[in-house]
Amino acid sequence: MPVDIDAAVIGNTRLSEDYSVLALAAPEIATTARPGQFVMLKTSRGMDPLLRRPFSIFEVLRNSDGSPRGITILNKRIGTGTGLLYEIESGARVQCLGPLGVPFEPADAPAQAWMVAGGVGLAPFVTLAEALIARGTPLTLFYGARREADLHCADIFERLGVPIVFSTEDGSRGSRGFITVPLEARLAALESSEDVRLYVCGPTPMMRAVADVAARHGRRCDVSLEQVMGCGMGGCYSCVVPARDANGTPHHTRSCIDGPVFDASRIVWDALAH
Amino acid sequence: MDLSVSIGSLRIPNPLIAASGCFGYGVEYADAVDLSSLGGVAVKGLFLAAREGHAPPRIVETPAGMLNAIGLQGIGVQRFIHEKLPELRARKAIVFVNICGTTIDEYVELARILSDVEGVHAIELNISCPNIKEGGITFGCSLTGTHAVVSAVRKVTSLPLIPKLTPNVTDVASFARASEDAGADAVSLVNTFLAMAIDVETRRPKLTNIVGGLSGPAIRPIAVRMVYECRQAVKLPIIGMGGIATAEDVLEFMIAGATAVQVGTANFVDPFIWTKLLDGLQSYMQRHSIARLSDLTGSIDTTKRHKAWISS
Repeated sequence: MPVDIDAAVIGNTRLSEDYSVLALAAPEIATTARPGQFVMLKTSRGMDPLLRRPFSIFEVLRNSDGSPRGITILNKRIGTGTGLLYEIESGARVQCLGPLGVPFEPADAPAQAWMVAGGVGLAPFVTLAEALIARGTPLTLFYGARREADLHCADIFERLGVPIVFSTEDGSRGSRGFITVPLEARLAALESSEDVRLYVCGPTPMMRAVADVAARHGRRCDVSLEQVMGCGMGGCYSCVVPARDANGTPHHTRSCIDGPVFDASRIVWDALAH
Repeated sequence: MDLSVSIGSLRIPNPLIAASGCFGYGVEYADAVDLSSLGGVAVKGLFLAAREGHAPPRIVETPAGMLNAIGLQGIGVQRFIHEKLPELRARKAIVFVNICGTTIDEYVELARILSDVEGVHAIELNISCPNIKEGGITFGCSLTGTHAVVSAVRKVTSLPLIPKLTPNVTDVASFARASEDAGADAVSLVNTFLAMAIDVETRRPKLTNIVGGLSGPAIRPIAVRMVYECRQAVKLPIIGMGGIATAEDVLEFMIAGATAVQVGTANFVDPFIWTKLLDGLQSYMQRHSIARLSDLTGSIDTTKRHKAWISS
């Protein structure tokens, strides 16, 4: 069950002109959060913006005794709300509702888990990586961005011992072009007896491209979708995505409570990417 | 302290009702909110058949408010009865079912179906959704249409019947009167204000539907005025709504003439708002030595206005 906490800001690390990692004291949320879940943050104390914004839970912060202390979110400044969160300082408070949404289902060995992140789409994968490591599932991070300077926070995964495959559109780090290029090469090199499950989060065209690659290779692929979201609780029906039901019939499906994580084969990509 | 109020024959424990379209089918909130602690849950508008609604973007924020054009996505009345109502019953929710039709016959059929099932406490007649062209709003924007649909539904149900009125007319009070004449038990108002927002960089409308309904604190003073005008025009209980976000807002609507209120947009911002509103109402009652909250309804004292300084 979600709780709403008037969370103290315990840090806001600016990674660049656009990105920051915002740390919030929210032990109740940190305790129950599962990989891929999100929180709804009120970015102002007043009415502008009026509504909350959804953010993946990036990291779970722990006290020295290991008890959960709070969470971080990976914030990219794109509008008024994310701009306010970029500027916010320690000691301020942010109303934080969560954890919300359907989490990732971590794969179990002998299956491998490949996490595919585009830019700020890295956000749900720290907690997923930790869960996979705890289960002993072999994992790899495929991490793409426009240029090297946009590849933030890879060090977190390096510290966890996660192998990383990079790509940048300008070739400044890893392979040049989209992340689907090295991903497809790796998939093609796999024996059919080797099981792998893909987890994807990033811009919609990138998720679509990865879903297509996964489908071509017959691999299960889970995507974490994001839409303009009003409430995060299933109340407003604004955050719908076109997803097929068990009979294959597409419906406007709420990404807050039926997602944000969906089996990519359920998504009507032609409609979503339109 | 008595916070209960009456909507026709229906007595509810307090005046706070979750607004239709802002609370899903109620079940979405059942683990977070004690549904039985609310004055009622007005579920998302239902047609006979399922509907997919509009493509996103379906909402856009505006100063102290938001526009929505969901397009009445819904599961249809039968799935509601079989998949949602049992849980609402188990949670002891007071259920207001909001019904939508494109013809009078559809409204009548919906009312007939819902009158026969256990756990439906009132029918809210949606004749005011600004986001679909067919039906609904065309009844709500015509006095004869309002009278016709309310009287037709009245004939087939003994449940409290509550037309939900649109503010997108010249004189809301005349629609409250038409509803009263046609046998309604109460009226609820206001639905959202037809509005739009444009991205000036791309010159595209921000909503797929181009236009949508404005809600939130931005509309509250207009809604309060409309409740006040309707209070002068009809004897019916009024369920007031429009931008309520605090206990003071609830009190403002009640003093203007509302018997109960609905809370919508503020629930998006804070799903735990209900206990805060109830606490605020109780502390106000204590502070003002009010034993029965319902005594506040229509208690506005216009004699306390300033006298004219200069006679013209």
